[in-house]
Amino acid sequence: MKTPLTNSVVSRALAARAHWHPLEILFWVAAFSSIWLFPGKYLILTEIALLALFALSLDLILGYAGIVSLGHAAFFGVGAYAAALLAKHELVNEPVLALIVSGLAASAVGFVTSFLVLRGTDLTRIMVTLGVAFVFRELANQNGWLTGGADGLQGVTMQPILGLFRFDMFGHNGYVYCLTVLFVMFLLARRIVNSPFGLSLLSIKNNPLRASAIGINVNFRLVAIYTIAAGYAGVAGALLAQTQAFASLAYFDFDRSADLLLVLIIGGTGYLYGGLIGAFVFKFMHDYLSVLTPQYWPFWIGLLLVVIVMIGRERITSWTLPFRKLGGRLDWRRYRKDGA
Amino acid sequence: MTAKLRVTWLRFATAALALMVSGAPVYAQETVKVGLILPLTGPFAPTGRQIEGGVRLYMQQHGDKAAGKKIELIVRDDGNVADATKRIAQELIVNEKVSVLAGFGLTPLALATAPLSAEAKIPQIIMGAATAIIPDRSPYIVRTSMVTNQITVGIADWAPKSGLKRVVTLVSDFAPGIDIEKAFSERFKASGGEIIEQLRVPLANPDFAPFLQRVRDAKPEGLFVFVPAGVGSIFMKQFVERGLDKSGIKLIGTGDMTDDDILNNIGDVALGLITSHHYSAAHPSALNKTFVADFKKTNKMRPNFMGVGGYDGMALLYKALEKTKGNANGDALVAAMKGMSWESPRGPISIDPATRDIVQNIYVRKVEKKDGELYNVEFQTFNAVKKP
Repeated sequence: MKTPLTNSVVSRALAARAHWHPLEILFWVAAFSSIWLFPGKYLILTEIALLALFALSLDLILGYAGIVSLGHAAFFGVGAYAAALLAKHELVNEPVLALIVSGLAASAVGFVTSFLVLRGTDLTRIMVTLGVAFVFRELANQNGWLTGGADGLQGVTMQPILGLFRFDMFGHNGYVYCLTVLFVMFLLARRIVNSPFGLSLLSIKNNPLRASAIGINVNFRLVAIYTIAAGYAGVAGALLAQTQAFASLAYFDFDRSADLLLVLIIGGTGYLYGGLIGAFVFKFMHDYLSVLTPQYWPFWIGLLLVVIVMIGRERITSWTLPFRKLGGRLDWRRYRKDGA
Repeated sequence: MTAKLRVTWLRFATAALALMVSGAPVYAQETVKVGLILPLTGPFAPTGRQIEGGVRLYMQQHGDKAAGKKIELIVRDDGNVADATKRIAQELIVNEKVSVLAGFGLTPLALATAPLSAEAKIPQIIMGAATAIIPDRSPYIVRTSMVTNQITVGIADWAPKSGLKRVVTLVSDFAPGIDIEKAFSERFKASGGEIIEQLRVPLANPDFAPFLQRVRDAKPEGLFVFVPAGVGSIFMKQFVERGLDKSGIKLIGTGDMTDDDILNNIGDVALGLITSHHYSAAHPSALNKTFVADFKKTNKMRPNFMGVGGYDGMALLYKALEKTKGNANGDALVAAMKGMSWESPRGPISIDPATRDIVQNIYVRKVEKKDGELYNVEFQTFNAVKKP
């Protein structure tokens, strides 16, 4: 007789986790209003949206399953080359469909390589993921007949999105497209992490041994989330290839994976928004400084990163405390709950 | 959502149309903005700094006005990442409303931007990249640097006539490298030489040891080398460390290897090296003497072929603006640039009206020591070499 009771308790707890906080709604309203607010900034906004999606992907495995990766660019690159090749050889002409196919391709690669990260500690995982990214970069470099080698994949022409919206030079349609994809993928990720599956991942992250002792199939879940995250990274890469109509070896670069970790360190892991906020802060800093001083910006960005880490992430989140309090006051569900 | 999207898109389309129809405001503008996109950080930063140095020197010598228009330079760093180059170019066109794009240190960076210059109808002046196909990718590309198969002409003709008949080639495995390998081999065979082996080394982080061993085993009379600017000195050091200089194999190549900026750092191992190229800091002309002296003064380094590429790119823009009487319209500028000919620090040059590519003298040079510094001293000239 106890089972239904626990079930209802569990499902209520899950529902509480999954409810939309007013600040979240505000966040997305702000994100979408950027389409009308900053018409001259579409290109950098597009890059932010792409980086955010990519960071979301890493957050899924790092923040929720505790897998450290320094080679996440491997999936980004696979997705990008898949999208560029599909368009170039006119295999899948419609970008949204091609995006899905590219994501699946990256997922497949993620599934195969996921078995490599099941074993070992953080350090071995860093080595393995790094190695996988190097292998893919070199594969793309060596198979110049397919990928264009060090010159990048040239001559890609993108068809209009859904047959209606051309990728214009101002980057307007490209940005709306990327932001929409980011939002949809975010909703999906939110659903995943707030499901029982997501909770079981968190328990694996906290203590894998204990998780397996209470009957969670640890390996199966890690493979699953790694595959999903690879798909996310692949979609991010495919979006970049589609908006740029181009793919290059730089997509596999170590820098890209390392930058991604920085983004998550800036934004914080394990709450999905970390990647999005981190991407915004990182790109904005990057762009602002490199315009200000084209030759010496890496110095300033390095300095700022050190400062951010020295101050500590806790404090960065604490900057938002007043807003969160305000958000809590605005939360109508609380009153409803009290009333009930 | 869709309806809103379409409305916004429509608004954009009309705005774009309005911009196109009203060409007049562009004429009337008193400033001509030039977007200079270069690799200013990372391994190819020296290339970017040379070009920027050349551009700034030209503006310093000739003032920031051409045909009454103020020339405004906007410098951006792409870190040698092609998608960044393209994004920056797009931003410069859309937000800064630049009339001209310039720079482009390496081939992938130039190619990635080509579709944009074609779409926006904006001149794209290539000041560094060298692959032959670049100007074919957009009718608005004009080049003031050099073409891979143009700079090989000198050495491929000279070598067989000087007794180097059996040669191994070694190039970096990317478009310009393969271009050069092909161009050199064809010309070299036509002049009576024989290629016994063709080696390709990876572009990034090359380790030459295994390749040099293969060269030694093949026992050629000469070794022809092309590697990107900067990698040349690493190659030469390994060549000497492995004792190949004493094994009777003569090292020849294009001038990238003995680039004037780094030649002194390579040191005496480079003495006697024979290369062919379009520019040497030792070029004996009054114009070049001033150029080298001024460049050294403002940039604290010796100009190399990238520096002169930037200098001449700017010269081309100034001259084209004077010809169009200040009209910065893309079509007008490109039309004015076609067939333009003038005296550069490297010697007489012109823009081929058919290909929009540079026509210039190619010199065969030997590394010699003058006043305690190493120089490429020119000893044979091939006049007005076109892209073959």
